Amino acid sequence: MAEAAKTAVYLCAGCGIGEAVSIEALEAVATGESKASSCRRHDHLCDDAGVATIQADIDSGAAERIVIAACSERVNADRFRFDGTPPIRCDLRERVAWSQPPGAEDTQMLAADYVRMALAEAEKSAPPSGQADPGTSKTILVVGGGVSGLTAALESARAGYQVMLVERASDLGGHGAKWSKRMPHRPPYRLPQDNDIGALIAAVTAEPRITVHTRSRVVSTAGGPGRFLVTLDSGGTTIEETLGAIVVATGWRPYDATKLGHLGYGASPDVVTGVELETMLGAGELACKSDGRRPAAVAFIQCAGSRDPDHLPYCSSICCGVSIKQALMIRERVPDSSVYIIHDELRTPGTAEAFYRAAQAAGVIFMKGKVSAVGADLTVTVEDVLLGETVAMAGLDLVVLATGMMPNATAPEAEAIAPQPAPDIDPLAPILAAGATVPEPGSEDASEDDSGPEIGSILNLQYRQGPHLPILADGFADSHFLCFPYETRRSGIYTCGPVRRPMDMAESATDATGAALKAIQAIEAAAAGTALHPRGGDLSFPRINLDPCTKCRRCTVECPFGAIDESDDDYPVVEVARCRRCGTCMGACPVRTISFENYSVEMVSAMIKAVEVPDEFAEKPRVLVLACRNDAIPALDMAGISGTRYSPFARVVPVRCLGSVSALWISDALSTGYDGVILMGCKAGDDYQCHFVKGSAITQERMGKIAETLKSMMLEEERVVTHEVAIADARRAPELIDSFLDTIAEIGPNPFKGF
Amino acid sequence: MAAQGARSETILVVGGGIAGITTAVEAAEAGAEVVLVERGPSLGGRVAQLSRYFPKLCHPTCGLEINYQRIRGNRRLRVITMATVAAVTGDRGAYTARIETRPRHVTARCTGCGDCARASQTRVPNPYNYDLDTVPAAHLAHPMAYPMRYVIADSVIGTPEADRIEAACRYGAVDLGEEPGAFDMVVGAVVWATGWRPYDAAKLQPYGYERHANVITNVEMERLAATTGPTLGQILRPSDAKPAKRVAMIQCAGSRDHNHLPYCSRICCLASLKHAAYLREAYADAEVDIYYIDIRAHDKLESFHARIKADPRVRFIKSKPASISENEAGDPVLHGEDTLTRDLYETAYDMVVLAIGMAPTAGDAMPEAALETDEYGFIVAAETLGGGMFSAGVAAGPLDVSLSVQSATAAALKAIQAVRGG
Repeated sequence: MAEAAKTAVYLCAGCGIGEAVSIEALEAVATGESKASSCRRHDHLCDDAGVATIQADIDSGAAERIVIAACSERVNADRFRFDGTPPIRCDLRERVAWSQPPGAEDTQMLAADYVRMALAEAEKSAPPSGQADPGTSKTILVVGGGVSGLTAALESARAGYQVMLVERASDLGGHGAKWSKRMPHRPPYRLPQDNDIGALIAAVTAEPRITVHTRSRVVSTAGGPGRFLVTLDSGGTTIEETLGAIVVATGWRPYDATKLGHLGYGASPDVVTGVELETMLGAGELACKSDGRRPAAVAFIQCAGSRDPDHLPYCSSICCGVSIKQALMIRERVPDSSVYIIHDELRTPGTAEAFYRAAQAAGVIFMKGKVSAVGADLTVTVEDVLLGETVAMAGLDLVVLATGMMPNATAPEAEAIAPQPAPDIDPLAPILAAGATVPEPGSEDASEDDSGPEIGSILNLQYRQGPHLPILADGFADSHFLCFPYETRRSGIYTCGPVRRPMDMAESATDATGAALKAIQAIEAAAAGTALHPRGGDLSFPRINLDPCTKCRRCTVECPFGAIDESDDDYPVVEVARCRRCGTCMGACPVRTISFENYSVEMVSAMIKAVEVPDEFAEKPRVLVLACRNDAIPALDMAGISGTRYSPFARVVPVRCLGSVSALWISDALSTGYDGVILMGCKAGDDYQCHFVKGSAITQERMGKIAETLKSMMLEEERVVTHEVAIADARRAPELIDSFLDTIAEIGPNPFKGF
Repeated sequence: MAAQGARSETILVVGGGIAGITTAVEAAEAGAEVVLVERGPSLGGRVAQLSRYFPKLCHPTCGLEINYQRIRGNRRLRVITMATVAAVTGDRGAYTARIETRPRHVTARCTGCGDCARASQTRVPNPYNYDLDTVPAAHLAHPMAYPMRYVIADSVIGTPEADRIEAACRYGAVDLGEEPGAFDMVVGAVVWATGWRPYDAAKLQPYGYERHANVITNVEMERLAATTGPTLGQILRPSDAKPAKRVAMIQCAGSRDHNHLPYCSRICCLASLKHAAYLREAYADAEVDIYYIDIRAHDKLESFHARIKADPRVRFIKSKPASISENEAGDPVLHGEDTLTRDLYETAYDMVVLAIGMAPTAGDAMPEAALETDEYGFIVAAETLGGGMFSAGVAAGPLDVSLSVQSATAAALKAIQAVRGG
């Protein structure tokens, strides 16, 4: 590299910073020992005049890199936005002035260290230059031609995007095409509505931006957003296409009723599933299959195979509404019929409540109870849980099993012959109660290869991490985030409709429209070379220096998003558009192979080493806090905002994700003389809150190895701790720091101090 | 008025709760120009007032923080707080929206330093905590407020205290003379994400919400459980600050009831299950009774129901309590009949939580002509007035957070189609 860039430091004295510390002394640190090319102080840096000063320095060439030593990076990002010159933020407000006593020696030392750290960061990082070769395809692949897929295709096309719609069957429409009527989704919500899927199919067929491939399936998918290389088998013909983003709308299949022998399925032709009843209702005259008579007494059995630990543990959501619809249709066709709906919890959420009431008004009889058996003579045995007795219902002509929905996250035919991919969470993990034993976190092996079985994949991803979309419990496709329900672990691939969770036609249409928007975002981000959620707009990406690479494969295995493949000679290859820029690969690498232009092992090492560590006699310990930017840093900010005081001996480095923490930083810190290290990350485990899915869990894994390193250095294990810190932990996070310093006081200073 | 025929590709999003934020951010990240208008001083809406979400028991502020980062990082998105939309005229691609602003009395020069709050002596009710406590007249809406800018209560304007507040600000950010304002904006599409309000518990006369101190609502329970709430996260009953360990939840308090909200509010069962988890987490000897008609834990959320049901200290009683009285100890006493056993009960608790439903606010926040609403006040998914107006989130029906986000993401695409003439 040529001459070092001119780094200008801007010290704000506002918001109490000027009272808390000596700005002059900080100026001396910046321009003296730390070699900033210039340093200006301002009393209100975020005001127009302050911002203009910085802009003028950038324009004149006096400032090539800027360090803004003022408030937290979480505020004023819009004020301190300078094209081409992203600022390094150095927090002297929330983490110094607002959480430390003014004028104290330790407060000054803390501020001075933060200035040194920011200058080290500036020296060892560069504004990201972006990708040279972004993906360019703007066509969206939609897999599945039911309500969800049709809607995703049509809504994408209406936004101006080309669509390739792939459907396995010979006709479009999926399950939705089989329904005679649909549940009401428009006022007054009281009567079954006409099934308008025909109009949807016609609109898709007529739309020039959509190419429909029926009798087709995806044979292989490689690449990433903006340049997915997709191979189709279309009725025996192979089609290859480069596509920008993928919407998976493969829908559902009914739960296999043959597994419900106890409910009479198979014992009598007059025990049918709800899906079978749709066909019967669609055929015109309603007749029993056994003898063709009109059914005068019909019972619907809800939760047939759903909410049942022996079958589907979840609620299939739509069955209550579907049974009400069918019951109303039977009452209309056979006005003198008796129609019973036997349910445990009747679930008609939202305005569907009106539909329930309409059915009651129309004479449908609702009975609470659990059906334990249905005989071949259609006798229904209802258990009275309370009395421990059973009640038998006889004289029925037709029994309808309201069977549930199973997601087609894998091809349905694979269900019988292959194990399904392993889910990554246990949805029934016990709720934590006061006084109960806390289960050991991270007990599962996070580095395990969870690629799942080789067959039955919908997309056949040619990824190092296997062909499948990751699934959650019960076979539903990924997203474990409540606030970001579209965020799957495979970038640029979005799922919608019942493959994600049980839902009806109206919800599926909404969900599909949302998924189409996400696909469009992925395409536009790929074209601009920027990251996807949650680091949208980020131009940095991991660059791999293959020289030191030992081919250990940790980065390819641990990437939460399957963004890194292996070349034929076993070197890692980053598919940049799949990368979410969390840095977990960087943390995985035992050598310094992987780095971002503005975030690297070297950069953070330099920041750690920039701190002045007092000698062992000074009684001023130093603790490094590596804190997740998303939750731990805001929690510490909140502590500052509420004026919480905590130890001045901690030096906080924000990290993109705990997964990006390199073990080298910990050994750097300890060999530099820090007395201990605290890692603060998001919750791992079944209810994980890590924004990069696995970063936190992987770090907990890695900590086992750190303990060994400490032992080999003859250092106490207690010197390095990991804590899960939630964003609401504004009180707890400072307490964790303080109590860690108590521990350090007990075990004494780091013996490496001064070496 | 804007020039006739002026066209715009800007999307106006009305309401800065989770649905409005999501619509705005998702649209902006897909390349659209967006203006987000919020009535209050901070974004976040109702979810910012929740302690945690079901079923993961994670903090809403976590997702909000990510969204605020996305807003901060996106030049195409502009946020206007303290503002409402009074009227919309025109057609898709060329609407004129009349934006009305209320004075915040604090300008963009505010650094968030808090000197104004320290100069305040008057305390005003704190809507963030559903008025369970008070805040200084000059205050930040809450510690996670976005934008991080203070607001001065109207009630002190014109008093000597206001002058002291103004004098305390070193950055000239206090504007005591700020008046309500209005301006027109030409936009191409409008998304109404006007959300909901908790149903008025006082209307449930037999439950005596106004008479009994220890009868609270589910939204108040969220504030008691929140570390930023009036009890700093300790679940204490209001009358005597005693730990609330024996607690009853009354489901469908107002919902599924012809006299109140005829529909099912969808989230209340799950919210009460979550409240049971809060209590079990807080007190080893907590006991929770949930009085219900049907437990509606839709789709995969059934597992949350199963997890709570597995706890023997949480009981489910199928019954809609008839009334609540109060004994000498100040304990609320529930009266009613168990629907299954037909037994009459009269049970005292430390505290009773009314699982009140969601009432739509579109009727207040949306000009009448904008979009059709149904008999309950929810926006009907119909494209009226030029075809460029849409709804997102609870404005269109009772939804949980994930469903609101899906609805909002979909609305973002519909709005983009509208402004791009697709």
